[in-house]
Amino acid sequence: MRIGVVTFPGSLDDSSALRAIRVAGGTPVPLFHASDDLREVEAVVLPGGFSYGDYLRCGAISRFAPIMSSIIIAAEHGFPVLGICNGFQILCESHLLPGALTRNEGLHFVCTDQPLIIENVSTPWTSGYTKGDRLVIPIKNGEGSFQASAQTLAELESEGRVVLRYADKNPNGSKNNIAGITNTRGNVVGVMPHPEQAIESLTGPSIDGLKFFTSVLQSLVGR
Amino acid sequence: MATIIVEVMLKPEILDPQGQAVASALPRLGFTFAKAVRQGKRFEIEVEGTPTADQLAEIEKAAETLLSNPVIETYVVKVEA
Repeated sequence: MRIGVVTFPGSLDDSSALRAIRVAGGTPVPLFHASDDLREVEAVVLPGGFSYGDYLRCGAISRFAPIMSSIIIAAEHGFPVLGICNGFQILCESHLLPGALTRNEGLHFVCTDQPLIIENVSTPWTSGYTKGDRLVIPIKNGEGSFQASAQTLAELESEGRVVLRYADKNPNGSKNNIAGITNTRGNVVGVMPHPEQAIESLTGPSIDGLKFFTSVLQSLVGR
Repeated sequence: MATIIVEVMLKPEILDPQGQAVASALPRLGFTFAKAVRQGKRFEIEVEGTPTADQLAEIEKAAETLLSNPVIETYVVKVEA
């Protein structure tokens, strides 16, 4: 099962994401920002980092990369897309997800093992979890504060589109403690925490992130 | 040659931690006038000659699609001779 990971200039966590796909049992496929070729992958991960230096706004320039035009069209047809951290910012700038990620409250770059609650288990990326599962996954960002209009927040809540919520403590001023959301169709998911860095006990605080990758492999098999 | 100015500001309802940090630094230097501070961005775009209505429409489009994010920001376009 071929899962792609896009490398933008300034991506940092692309190799971790490729590795997580391999550990989960999939075939990781590197994709490049300057090509519009999705190389026959069946799902794609937009990794963390500082694409294009995060100049202008996080994700604002990446949105116009050639690979993104292919991903946007595919996503509109139900192709599974996971944006992690900078990838989540790119998905918001691409309007595949609503809202925006802004500077953290208190201006701190937050790097910590974050407790989270999983709330939506109907997406291809979260189907292996049970609603209400408590996870510990690293967060590491300076602009992770999820902001959206009151109307958008009400829609996200009433349609059950909040995928992940910060537990115990809101680390960055995100509205409604939102750490991750999905689109109306449920195929596009954006999360600020880094599941690809919680897949092995040797290097992560837990292996709670691995199910993001095993889930998508299972949903692709079951399709 | 003219310069087109695009000013981008966070919408009032969006938290601006950078502006807040500036606001709290001012009194430490003895500047006590500020009730609140909001921080924004300013783009200076040089063009040949006087911009036409079509060019200004293009700039508006660029301001809306790239220079600002309408979800969280507003923008103003001005022309300086």
